[in-house]
Amino acid sequence: MTVSASTMDVLNNFLATKGIYSLVLILLFLGMYGMIVSNNYMKKMMAMNVMQVAVIFFFLCFAQKEGGMIPILDGITTNPDLYINPLPHALMLTAIVVSLGTTGVAIALLMRIKETFGSVEEDEILGRADK
Amino acid sequence: MSQHFPVLIVLLPLTAALLSPFFSYFHKHMGKWVAVASLFGAFLCSVGLLMQTVQDGGQAVHYWMGNWAPPLGIEFVVDPINAIIVAMITFLALMTAIFSTPFLKKSNWLYMGGYYTLLALLCVGLSGMTLTGDVFNLYVYLEIASLSGYGLIALGGNKGTLAAFRYLLIGTIAASLYLLGIGFLYAMTGSLNMADLSGLLQGQMDSPLIAMAVVLFIAAFGIKAALFPFHGWQPDAYTFSHPGAAPLISGAMSKVPAYAMLRFFFYLFGAQHLFVQHGLTVIGVLGAMGIILGSVMAIAQDDFRRMLAYSSVAQIGYIAVGLAIGSVYGLIGAVLHVVNHAFMKGSLFMVIGGIQYRFGEFRISQLGQLHKKMPLTVVTLCIAALGMIGIPPTGGFFSKWYIMLGAMSTEQYIYVAVLVISSLLNAVYFFRVLENVFVNPSPALKEVNPPSGKLELPLQMLIPIVVMGLGILVLGFCNASIVDGIIKLGLPEVFLR
Repeated sequence: MTVSASTMDVLNNFLATKGIYSLVLILLFLGMYGMIVSNNYMKKMMAMNVMQVAVIFFFLCFAQKEGGMIPILDGITTNPDLYINPLPHALMLTAIVVSLGTTGVAIALLMRIKETFGSVEEDEILGRADK
Repeated sequence: MSQHFPVLIVLLPLTAALLSPFFSYFHKHMGKWVAVASLFGAFLCSVGLLMQTVQDGGQAVHYWMGNWAPPLGIEFVVDPINAIIVAMITFLALMTAIFSTPFLKKSNWLYMGGYYTLLALLCVGLSGMTLTGDVFNLYVYLEIASLSGYGLIALGGNKGTLAAFRYLLIGTIAASLYLLGIGFLYAMTGSLNMADLSGLLQGQMDSPLIAMAVVLFIAAFGIKAALFPFHGWQPDAYTFSHPGAAPLISGAMSKVPAYAMLRFFFYLFGAQHLFVQHGLTVIGVLGAMGIILGSVMAIAQDDFRRMLAYSSVAQIGYIAVGLAIGSVYGLIGAVLHVVNHAFMKGSLFMVIGGIQYRFGEFRISQLGQLHKKMPLTVVTLCIAALGMIGIPPTGGFFSKWYIMLGAMSTEQYIYVAVLVISSLLNAVYFFRVLENVFVNPSPALKEVNPPSGKLELPLQMLIPIVVMGLGILVLGFCNASIVDGIIKLGLPEVFLR
């Protein structure tokens, strides 16, 4: 079976314009799915990190530009079309710091939970907490 | 000096929060008083700002960070509605900071300093969320408020740690969805400043990206505000949080995201657009369901704190319905209810905190003959309970009245029916509390912290309880001047014509 040229065009076009966003979307929902179905709090937290990374990828993807260079003021290139917009990267630097803080708090809480309840499995903890 | 008021509201508690453990190391009580003094300063600044905007006839105060002009720089925008909500947050934070001092009497310096760090940071996050005019800045303040909130909930003990962790997971989903939403807006316009964004978006409000952004903002702020189907984290978090910090957590932490939702839908997008109208209808339906379900669940609880938490789900529903009505009266009702509910829920959590401090008890069935043991606390309990039901001289009546007026004037009678039914359900669960207090025989309660002098509680707890109780009455009596003099000045331009 041969794939016709027009189908290839559609596929190429999709991959060129929306492909990366589809991957990011899959990553985002993979993270959320993991947070919902996983029974282990540590795994839930790791899935949470995957979800945060997906959002960061999303920002970095739409900041990308074909033929753009790194945004350094060198005095030669003055046309803004030749630069990549640095603002999303700067925003995501903040978001990475925030997600680092969230992860730190989550691990601290998780250590406490393990200390008190002796487990990080959700059903075991809920059984013990109700007593 | 007075031109720096907007940034001082955030800067004073932030500085004090970072210095509090340091001072506590040298003297156990010094960190505490630094935090209280900074919150008092922030409260004075917010009152000064409120007076300034009202005197200018509702002219918004703009503060440019580092004098960088927007849209490049970050700005703080203070219109009268922002100002009154910030004044409420800082006042509630000040009262909570004073109220929680007796709980920390026996703790060591690190616990004490850390507690006030978290409390002041929560105040920073919430007032920053209200003041900022930049959507990404709002995300940063949202995370500051959330992270310090997780800490304060976790300080409540073993079950508090569990509740905090579960809230952290779902709260992070909310923050990520919000970030995704502003990603869409930024990709469309290339701007993050709210006023600038609003202007740039007006031509492209039919784009499907806007529908996506509206959905994401509803989910994100819905989770943070504990709107009905997203409220799963809230009962545990309110019940098991640190009893001293519970008034601020319950009073302000879930109201500010609801107010942020108002700002996004009415000021940034504009409510006349199709997608925003659909979004508001969804919010209204969810809010109406939350009002009924929260009230019914509250009736079933024996733990007073848990009952209040479910009642909060219902009260957020009122605010959501006020937004969904989308008329002048609906918005006035929603904003007034943000303020009123902070006072009512804050004072109720202070009451149960006081009872918990003295008797270690929080079950409703164990409160018999409490008015003989703690008369002033019961007075506040009565005022706040009547306010929650909506009996006239209290503030709670007027916000419900405005929401109902809005529903009547736009002929959305289903909301009127929901509000009336919910008031009756409120009466059921609050009169049950009052009946237990006044009619039931006195149970054998153990005095955990017996009063030292004539007073029923330490003075640091009694003053906030009484002041908050009086505050509910003051909000009720002054509602006309608050609405005409402050809230009407700050309404979106659509309604001023």
